[in-house]
Amino acid sequence: MAKKGDWVRIHKVVLPAAERTAKIPDDTKQVDFEMWVKGTLQNETAEIGDEVTIITATDREETGKLLEVNPYYTHSYGKFVPEIVEIDKQLREIMQFGGEE
Amino acid sequence: MTLAKDYNSVMGRSAEIMKASLGLDFNDFESGSVAFDYEGLMEATGYTIEEIDRIQSRTGVGHTQLLELRNITKLARKYAKPGYGARIFAKDEAANASGSFKDRRAACAVAHAKKLGYKGVIAATSGNYGAAVASQAAMQGMKCIIVQECYDSKGVGQPEIVEKARKCEALGAEVIQLTVGPELFYEHLSVMEDSGYFNASLYSPFGIAGVETLGYEIAQDCKEKFGKFPEMVVCTQAGGGMVTGTARGLIKAGATDTQVVAASIDLTGLHMASDVQFNKKSCTTGHTGFGVPHATNPDTGDVPRSAARPLRYMDRYVTTTQGEVMYMTEMLANLEGIERGPAGNTALAAAFVLAQGLPEDAILVVTETEYTGAGKHIQPQLDFARENGIEIVFGDPKDDVPGKNIVLPANPGLFKVSDIDLDKLRKSLIKRSVPRATGKLTAADIAFLAEDTRSDEAFVKAALDELGVEY
Repeated sequence: MAKKGDWVRIHKVVLPAAERTAKIPDDTKQVDFEMWVKGTLQNETAEIGDEVTIITATDREETGKLLEVNPYYTHSYGKFVPEIVEIDKQLREIMQFGGEE
Repeated sequence: MTLAKDYNSVMGRSAEIMKASLGLDFNDFESGSVAFDYEGLMEATGYTIEEIDRIQSRTGVGHTQLLELRNITKLARKYAKPGYGARIFAKDEAANASGSFKDRRAACAVAHAKKLGYKGVIAATSGNYGAAVASQAAMQGMKCIIVQECYDSKGVGQPEIVEKARKCEALGAEVIQLTVGPELFYEHLSVMEDSGYFNASLYSPFGIAGVETLGYEIAQDCKEKFGKFPEMVVCTQAGGGMVTGTARGLIKAGATDTQVVAASIDLTGLHMASDVQFNKKSCTTGHTGFGVPHATNPDTGDVPRSAARPLRYMDRYVTTTQGEVMYMTEMLANLEGIERGPAGNTALAAAFVLAQGLPEDAILVVTETEYTGAGKHIQPQLDFARENGIEIVFGDPKDDVPGKNIVLPANPGLFKVSDIDLDKLRKSLIKRSVPRATGKLTAADIAFLAEDTRSDEAFVKAALDELGVEY
């Protein structure tokens, strides 16, 4: 449960699929135009999925469905990609780093 | 009275919203037909290049190092004919306050917004420009909103863009994240209208004037160090601001003979507004999906007339591939000891090939580097590609198919560039400009189109004849 003052992330459908503009590919036309934004929860209490109001970092009021409390980033340096080691090896060999044989 | 905020109502007010948010009436520069007074628009910023340099210097922007990439030059020469292989340099723009050349654009736009008395700034960008505006807003004591296209309909975000959101928030900005689609412009306008903030557009004359110092510094640095201007400058081309601003700066410094080459990653076949294809790209900028439309149809952005008009300035426009740019990013880290990019290394990947066509005593300058971070790095971007079903192989980059595979060059000798036919782009710009005319095209329209396409009146007239358009 989230309470007033918590830093939260909300989600909102800005334009349902049926109201989207015509000049977009068919696959995009079939999906909603959505938005995510963060701010301070204004409702006394709320559960995930509730329609809530927030005040954003620039003091704007926004409404939407509560998605996350204390949101954080999970992007990373990614999983191991073996090709990168191959590139490194190849370049060191061509350039003869560490002295010519 | 509360204004209606539905899609059609907001879009219907776009002209007045843009005027209020820029403190500039673009109608002052319009002829009522195809032509408009481009130089008049640029002069309307009211800043000389010296004043822009002072504005930028106050906030840790500009006067970045011109790094000689000695090992990459040495490697390029292994694949060039004897006596060939220009010295390759890069402007280390990652050293700017927020980590990219975009600080130059933002410094100028935010300073102008502050001078005009706006309380905040807003920008629509999924790229480094967001961090640049956020950084400048923080330094100049203003509020900041960044509007990003970030996710597909499954809520999966491009790692590169997610990192940029994190950075904007770290610098105190509010970030509005959206799914794929041009309706971003509606949300952008709507927030601009409600907030009354300044539109720190990438395409405003303030932004482009900010890039002029980059070209100016390159010309001056080279003159000072080598006693001559560079033979070639290579710019990554996306929205066109880099090419336009750099070339204008070079010209202002007197480097009128320097060849300006634009470079984009070839993403032919991927539709930029496609929900499904959004996460099939492995680089989110520096590609033809932005580069070609912004060259041939510059006036489609968030300002009535774009100050970024790359076709006016490019001598050549070449493409490279995602695999070459990824390989080059690793090369830069391993051979030069600097971790930068990846997308910002598009011009460097092209430069590696272009240098091989120039004599050894020629100077080739790549105009930028950009910061690297979690998500915005060769490993997470390749990992993300693999998770999205993109095949990653070593081979010949000519076998690259955007959205299907990433072909890492099997050896550095396989790097290539392909030239885009500039006449084709010129004709496309002319065709897209015609609907602005209310009657026959005027002599002023033809002169404008000749300038806008860096061609001549005979070329414009022949293109209009081909289209069956009267003048």
